[in-house]
Amino acid sequence: MATQVGARDMGRLSDVFLEEISRMPGGDKIMACQQCGTCSGSCPTAYAMDYTPRQIIGWLRAGELEKVLNSNTMWMCASCYSCTVRCPAGIKVTDAMYELKRLAIKYGFTPRGVTGNTLATVFQKNVDKYGRSPEMELLARYYLSTNPFGMLKMAGLGLKLFRNKRISLAPEKIRGRDEIQKMLQYVREKGEW
Amino acid sequence: MDYLYYPGCSLSTSGKAYDVSGRAVARLLAVNLVELDDWNCCGTTPYFSAQGLGAFSIAARNLAIAEKQGDGKMDLVTMCNSCYMTLSKTNHYFAEDERMRKDIGAVLGAAGRSYGGGVKVRHLLDVLTNDVGLEAVKAKVTRELNGLKVAAYYGCQMSRPGAEFDDPEYPMTMDRLLSVLGADPVEFPMKAKCCGGMLMTTSQDVALKMVRDVLSDAMENGAECIATACPLCQINLEAYQGDINSKFGTNFMMPVVYFTQLAGMAMGLTRREIDLGRELVPNTVSFFRDYVAA
Ligand code: SF4
Ligand code: SF4
Repeated sequence: MATQVGARDMGRLSDVFLEEISRMPGGDKIMACQQCGTCSGSCPTAYAMDYTPRQIIGWLRAGELEKVLNSNTMWMCASCYSCTVRCPAGIKVTDAMYELKRLAIKYGFTPRGVTGNTLATVFQKNVDKYGRSPEMELLARYYLSTNPFGMLKMAGLGLKLFRNKRISLAPEKIRGRDEIQKMLQYVREKGEW
Repeated sequence: MDYLYYPGCSLSTSGKAYDVSGRAVARLLAVNLVELDDWNCCGTTPYFSAQGLGAFSIAARNLAIAEKQGDGKMDLVTMCNSCYMTLSKTNHYFAEDERMRKDIGAVLGAAGRSYGGGVKVRHLLDVLTNDVGLEAVKAKVTRELNGLKVAAYYGCQMSRPGAEFDDPEYPMTMDRLLSVLGADPVEFPMKAKCCGGMLMTTSQDVALKMVRDVLSDAMENGAECIATACPLCQINLEAYQGDINSKFGTNFMMPVVYFTQLAGMAMGLTRREIDLGRELVPNTVSFFRDYVAA
C-alpha cells in the first residue's frame, strides 16, 4: 500500500533507492556519474521531462530525492535504453528510472498529470491475477481510473481492432497462476523490492 | 532445428499476424518452434515499473520452464522486442551476478521452480539470419520483392543494451534479410529510435511526436512501407497515423507490416498464411496485391 512520507523520511528513502539500485549488476555505478549529459542528449523524451536524466542523477547525488519523486521525469521514460547504451560511465540509467517509478508508486508520490503509475499498477494486478496481460482489460481499467473520456476517444480505435480481430475480450489465463501468487507472496513477506 | 517459442501476450491478440506469419516462415525454413509450456507475461515495462525482484522472478519463471522443457539444450525464441529485452536482460543479470542468482532463485523456489542459467534467449530475426542463414533464406525465395522500397524499423528494445546480434545505433540484420528477399531497404537513420511504447497510452502527445519523426524519416528516404519486428512498434506506427496527420498536418498513409509477412510474401505464402488483412492503414492489402496470391 502507498505510504505518504514526510520530509524527515527522505534521507531514508535515498538510502532505500541506493540499496535497491545496487541490487542490480552495476547499479552502484550511479555514483560515478560525471554529469556529461550524454543521457539527456540521447533521450527522445527529455524535452517533456521536468528534469532531464542528467539532472535526475545530479539531484540523487545531492540527496534531493524528493524533487525527483515529485516530478514527471521517470514517467516520461519510454524504456528505450538509449541512455544506457551510451553512458560513458556505464551507468544503467534506464534501471534507475524503473527504480524511481517503483519508489514513487510504493511511497505514494503522484505528481499532477502523471498516469503512468496507474497503468503500471493496473498492469501488474492483471498479470498477478491471470499470469498474462489482457490488453482489453488493461486499457478499460486504466481509462476508467484516469480519464473516462479518453476511453471514448479510444473507442474508435478499439472498434477497428475488434473488427480486424485484433482484440480478444476474454483474458487468457495460465495454469500456474498459483505459482505466480506464491512468488509474489514471498516477495511481499520478505519485504523485497 | 528445434527451438522453444515464447509468443508473449501481444502476439495472441493485437499482434496475431506476427505470430501467424512468423510460424509460417519458420516452418518453411525448417525451424521447428515448439511453444513454451504455460508461459507467463515476461514482466515487460509497466510490470517492472511496479515490481523489482518480483518482475525479474516472473520473467525467470519462463526461463526455468524453458530449461526443463528443452533439457537445457534448446534456445528460447521470441519475436517481440519487449519480451526479448526483458527475458534476455533477466538472463544476463542472473548469469552476471551472484546476488541476483540467489534472490531470483529464492523467489522461484517459493513456487517449486528452479533455474540453472542454461537457456539462451534469441530473437527470431537473429535465428533466421544467423542460424538459418541468408543463403538458405534466399534459396526459398520464389517471388522476389522486386525492389520494394522498405524502411527496416528495429525499434529500440531489440538491439539494446546487450546488443547481442546487431549494432545498438545502426542495426543492419533486417536490412540484409530484406535485400535477400529482393526488396530495396532504404537508408533510415531513425531505424532504432523508440516508437513511444506505452507512452502512447499515458502521454500521447509525446508518443505521437516520436512516431511522427520515425514516419517522416522513412518517407523522406523514399520508403513505400515499413517493416517492423515488434507488435508494440507495429501498432504505434500504424494505428495513430490519422491522429498524427490531424495534429501535425502531415499526410501519412504508410503500410506497416511485420518483416515475417514480407518474408512470407517472397517465399510464395498466401495472404492467409501471412495473415495479411488485419491492418489499420487501409491501403495495405491493395499495396501488396501484386505480391500476394489470394
Ligand atoms: S551519460 Fe552517464 S555519466 Fe553522463 S550524465 Fe548521464 S548518467 Fe551521468
Ligand atoms: S530509457 Fe528513458 S531516460 Fe533513457 S533515453 Fe530512453 S526514454 Fe530517455
